[in-house]
Amino acid sequence: MDKIQKKLFKSLPADALSSVAAIIVGLFAGFVILLLSNPSQAPGGFWAILSGGFSDMKSLGQVLYFATPIIMTGLSVGFCSKTGLFNIGASGQFIVGGYMAILVGVKCAFLPGALHWIAALLAAVAAGALWGAVPGLLKAYCNVNEVIACIMMNYIGMYFVNYIVTLTVFDSTQNRSQTPAASAIIPKMGMDLVFRDGNNISSANSGFFLAALAAIVIYIILEKTVFGYELKACGFNTDAARYAGINERRGVVYSMLIAGALSGLGGALLYLAGSGNGITVVDTLAAEGFNGIPVALLGLNNPIGIIFAGLFISYLTVGGFNMQLFNFAPQVIEIIISIIIYFSAFALLLKGIIQNIAKRGGGKK
Amino acid sequence: MEYVIEMCNITKEFPGIIANDDVTLRLKKGEIHALLGENGAGKSTLMSVLFGLYKPEKGLIRKNGEAVQIHGPNDATRLGIGMVHQHFKLVHNFTVLENIVLGVETTKYGFLKMDDARKQVVELSQKYGLEVNPDALISDISVGMQQRVEILKMLYRENEILIFDEPTAVLTPQEIDELMKIMKGLVAEGKSILFITHKLNEIKAVADRCTVLRKGRCIGTVDVAGTSLEELSEMMVGRKVSLFVEKPESRPGKVILSVEGLNVRGKSAGKNLLSEISFDVREGEIVCLAGIDGNGQSELVYALTGMLPVDSGKVSLLGRDISRDSIRGRSRGGISHIPEDRHRHGLVLDYNLAYNLILQSYFNPEFNKGGFLKYDDICSYADSLIERFDIRSGQGAKTVARSMSGGNQQKAIIAREIDRAPKLLIAVQPTRGLDVGAIEYIHRQLIEERGKGKGILLVSLELDEVMDISDRILVMYEGKIAAELDPKKTTYQELGMYMAGSGKEKSA
Repeated sequence: MDKIQKKLFKSLPADALSSVAAIIVGLFAGFVILLLSNPSQAPGGFWAILSGGFSDMKSLGQVLYFATPIIMTGLSVGFCSKTGLFNIGASGQFIVGGYMAILVGVKCAFLPGALHWIAALLAAVAAGALWGAVPGLLKAYCNVNEVIACIMMNYIGMYFVNYIVTLTVFDSTQNRSQTPAASAIIPKMGMDLVFRDGNNISSANSGFFLAALAAIVIYIILEKTVFGYELKACGFNTDAARYAGINERRGVVYSMLIAGALSGLGGALLYLAGSGNGITVVDTLAAEGFNGIPVALLGLNNPIGIIFAGLFISYLTVGGFNMQLFNFAPQVIEIIISIIIYFSAFALLLKGIIQNIAKRGGGKK
Repeated sequence: MEYVIEMCNITKEFPGIIANDDVTLRLKKGEIHALLGENGAGKSTLMSVLFGLYKPEKGLIRKNGEAVQIHGPNDATRLGIGMVHQHFKLVHNFTVLENIVLGVETTKYGFLKMDDARKQVVELSQKYGLEVNPDALISDISVGMQQRVEILKMLYRENEILIFDEPTAVLTPQEIDELMKIMKGLVAEGKSILFITHKLNEIKAVADRCTVLRKGRCIGTVDVAGTSLEELSEMMVGRKVSLFVEKPESRPGKVILSVEGLNVRGKSAGKNLLSEISFDVREGEIVCLAGIDGNGQSELVYALTGMLPVDSGKVSLLGRDISRDSIRGRSRGGISHIPEDRHRHGLVLDYNLAYNLILQSYFNPEFNKGGFLKYDDICSYADSLIERFDIRSGQGAKTVARSMSGGNQQKAIIAREIDRAPKLLIAVQPTRGLDVGAIEYIHRQLIEERGKGKGILLVSLELDEVMDISDRILVMYEGKIAAELDPKKTTYQELGMYMAGSGKEKSA
């Protein structure tokens, strides 16, 4: 926790401060709910959330593991926000990406060695990009609001994947997709040796590095390239971008396409982690997609900030597992975590108001 | 003393800025008192204090010698203070009469009883020479008429102190003359008028006394009759300003821009936004598109720059047909565009100054390599423009555009557009909302560009600007070019007639 804060402070001082303040507000709100639901166990349970991620190396590995997909969807949402779009379709992009990764992982075992998992990732990127591009094209050329198109693509993605999983890679004994071949699993790169507690090995793998790499690439695109300059100009002021001759329609399509690719990669990184995860055939949208929204919000849409925001939320998730030791029902734990996340997000939205109050208070002194 | 309203030593602070610093304003009964100052000098704040919208930190308001507390507009109305706002507050689908009585309706058993009100309104309009048709819808009458309705609203409420906030900004010269007459009539009947403006000629024409504000401070109150225009402007700006633009004779060269039979249909069927527009702009001349706002000037500029598709007609730049070119294609072809709305089109306010200065040239090889921006080169380019065009900002090239003053934002746009070495410079209301000093600067820049042989198309609503700067005037009315005039041979009156649509057809 402290470490995260310190790093945040260093990289982007003023903005990070507001994120940290928001997190503290969120944690406080979570604690109040804990007190209300079970006063006697509240302090212990709260401590479990706060310290769970650091309790041993295995837990720390789990933090990295759970952070990976939500960093990707957070990047997807954050990237779009920078360009003036709200990508609420990360969920659909995530699941089609995940499906393509599994499909290639199961069916293309003939691919030699590293080529296999790389091909699976690329397939996921392509599928996610396609899923993102559809709302982008609709927005650019038919003036359909991207939020509506994205929500529809979420449901189309979910039902389509449910259907096609049963046709192609179904494991009927477990009512979910088959396990990909070993060569399709993302390399551990020694993560399993570092992040373990005795024989208890965490699911950490090099997927986290890929997510961090993606964040850096997105950062470079946004801040250093002509392409990013154009996209951000569209996001800040579409009229001025048009005045300057920037093709804002093309910008919308590319922006959604890249966002979709990021979410799709997120799906692949989850389902190819080798932790036994598979796509279950249930009528629920992938939560990782929606969790991308608070991640992007907490990270202030800054790609580097999103890495830390993803780690923070994942840290809470891991800490939440430890709460079960204090007799909290899993549902209550989910509620607490959600409350912390969303209070943090709200506090951030109210940042301007809080700053005004602070200013006025300072003025009186 | 016979002061109807005294605002004594008013101080109003906002975080980080003192909007009014010890300002004293005394309005005599039966006078027209001008309140003069540049944008941001604190005129609006002072009036808001008078209307009780702001509570001053210090100071006292007296009416007829007695101290009064004004806590809101209702208190102000009760004290007989009324205001004609710059943007009228009228209900467009109500009639004139309904608008006048709105808020003080006469009723009987809860039903409207308009007969008395009608009689009273008709009497008032005859007494003060404010002829209006009480049953006309606001949406059907001209801007000048709407202003009369606003004045009648104040009279109907028996206001004694009438405040006019920049009342001439939306009027034609003829309408301005009539307004001046009406104002004189009102004071003759014992009303007192506070007249907010930054136009010196109007003060000279009607005002008895004038209070000048500069940067929140009260510079002084003078008798208008004994003060020259130059002295007034010096009080307003704080230094000597040349009010007249010096420019050498224009020597038009070959045709740069040629427009033939341009038509743009509106979204709704019926009237064309632009119909049959044809004109030329040559090297080394400033052609001015004059007209009242909303007569197709903006659409014409959008059509020329490629931001609005045209239905028929041809636009050529240096003999090459550019009617089908993209916005980027036209700007690279040599059209620079200083847009009407600097916040909406001209700047990306959340980008820093350097990024804004390359908005029209970031794609050139000098600013990027292999798709990556050359940040150092961009900054040094920005620094050179900042120095040459004297753009002032808090942190130089790294200042976020949003935090810059309006005048410096405009300078940045002008620097960007002029430095691209265009063949044709389209400047749309380049001096709007700027102070006298900045206006002088921008006019000098335009004339300098003209001297370099550029063709300049200037769109302006300010008649002084039209008459002083241009070499030729095209008057637009309802999407057509109503007349082509020579500024040396025409008068404000003639110009105004064409602007109002009552001129003869095309006299060239």
